[in-house]
Amino acid sequence: MLEVDVSRTLGSFDLAARFSAGRGITALFGRSGVGKTMLVNMLAGLDRPDTGRISINGQVLFDGKANIDVAPEKRRLGYVFQESRLFPHMSVRGNLTYGMNLVAASERRVDFDTVVSLLDIAPLLERRPHNLSGGEKQRVAIGRALLASPRLVLMDEPLANLDAARRAEILPFIESLRDELDIPVVYVSHSMDEIVRLADTVVLMTKGRVAASGPVEEVLSRLDLRPLTGRYDAGAVLPAVVEAHESADKLTRLAVPGGPLFVAQLRLDVGTELRVRVRARDVTLSLEPQDGLSVLNQFQGVVAQIADDDGPHVDVLVDIGTPLWARITRRSAYRLQLAPGAHVHALIKSVAIDRYSLGLRGRKPR
Amino acid sequence: MDWMTPAEVEALMLSLKVSVTAVIAILPFGIAAAWLLARRDFFGKTLVDGLIHLPLVVPPVVIGYLLLVLLGRRGVVGAWLYDVFDISIAFTWRGAAVAAAVMAFPLMVRAIRLSFEAVDPRLETAARTLGAGPMRVFFTLTLPLVTPGILTGCVLAFARALGEFGATITFVSNIPGETSTLPLAIFSSIQNPSGEEAAFRLTLLAIALSLAALAASEFLSRRLSKRLKG
Repeated sequence: MLEVDVSRTLGSFDLAARFSAGRGITALFGRSGVGKTMLVNMLAGLDRPDTGRISINGQVLFDGKANIDVAPEKRRLGYVFQESRLFPHMSVRGNLTYGMNLVAASERRVDFDTVVSLLDIAPLLERRPHNLSGGEKQRVAIGRALLASPRLVLMDEPLANLDAARRAEILPFIESLRDELDIPVVYVSHSMDEIVRLADTVVLMTKGRVAASGPVEEVLSRLDLRPLTGRYDAGAVLPAVVEAHESADKLTRLAVPGGPLFVAQLRLDVGTELRVRVRARDVTLSLEPQDGLSVLNQFQGVVAQIADDDGPHVDVLVDIGTPLWARITRRSAYRLQLAPGAHVHALIKSVAIDRYSLGLRGRKPR
Repeated sequence: MDWMTPAEVEALMLSLKVSVTAVIAILPFGIAAAWLLARRDFFGKTLVDGLIHLPLVVPPVVIGYLLLVLLGRRGVVGAWLYDVFDISIAFTWRGAAVAAAVMAFPLMVRAIRLSFEAVDPRLETAARTLGAGPMRVFFTLTLPLVTPGILTGCVLAFARALGEFGATITFVSNIPGETSTLPLAIFSSIQNPSGEEAAFRLTLLAIALSLAALAASEFLSRRLSKRLKG
């Protein structure tokens, strides 16, 4: 368990953050410039907080009052940077074993062959970093950090410098190390897709402060945090389980609280636990159940809250057994006379849910 | 080496001995100074930088004279060295090496410093997070990455040492077999009314030696960059 409570003032920027991270992937989410990287650098010992305390599994890494500041090389926290930062004069193998060789054999908790096969980098071992593609470099960088047997891995936007195809190539590897190596990860990102896909817990940051933290489903569904989670991407995250594949129509039926949700067929086993992000702009509201529509997914619900910020749109929070958001025009809200307590039907196009809206849920803390 | 006269062989070997000694002697200091100037900010940095570069900007004769004042048998340091260790520097080949070293030092530092500045400090940070302390980072990461600069620095320093004239003749005079390196031997030959042929032969020798050094460094730096970049 990582526990953080730090503050630091740098010029006009002021950071004060408090959060904790346990098993699984904890996302530090926020726009650029809110202090995510500074915070992660403090965890790694690359930046010094003015005051506060950082500890992991009970061991203090930094304590302003007690004047404790453990050197980065003694913190045993892995760090995967935005740029891979591979050592150019060493082969991939040399890079991978650099940190591993500094750990006493008895303390190595991560096996070389396991990491190499998990990240699929066996064919690259004798190559030099400058001969690798961006995605390959980042996989090697992840492997290098893991092989130093860290107590926790920090990842600072590890996919930010990659194009969509490379990103899609690496995401499964990060998922599999979460599930197979069971090393906690603090994952910095400003991409909602990545958060939904990877994170179990999210720490939402704004202007040097933690605005909210908790399970992804909970934090991302909160209406009051809408300005921070981003307008375009705003939406609810629903817990789901793969219930059945309806191969004739190439659909998969997911069980979400409130009923079945049909999405384009997924290659996942029945029973797999998922997170589904349903963007507010993909949800339509209706007072009556609809029959003559192409939309497959209809949920009965009750309006819980309406967020109105004087724009052309309003965001409506509908309780369908789990919170769901709908973004509709102000005019429609007025015409349907929506108010908290109103019964509505929420319609979701299956097509609106693509693979970037889905994430595998990590193993629950034992 | 039948095609060279004993005097020529003597001048050549002396030049090599003086230059190689000078380069080897200043290498660790050159690396340290270059690292300090490239990576550290400290009080008086401008002064240190200026002092290191002094031999590059003042006339070599001035440096030779200062060395004489400092390291001569009656000089501040020279007298002490002679009394305590029975070492004399002035008017010996060691003195020639010292003069060459002082003159070559700024060139070596400049080349290595540029190389240090080209190493991405973010790589060093990454190494720290992998469990390497500052010393280990320096020897396993920074130093290997600056070897091309060290090589360039050595070649430049060697070439400068080989060509050293003014400081040498002022500090240790022109003693055949002891301090009469190639440039000084060429100078002596020119002074001699019948020495024109000798001067010409020595000149060719100096050119050949410099070219050989250049070729060797070229060869080494190619192999190095292959090793560094794969």
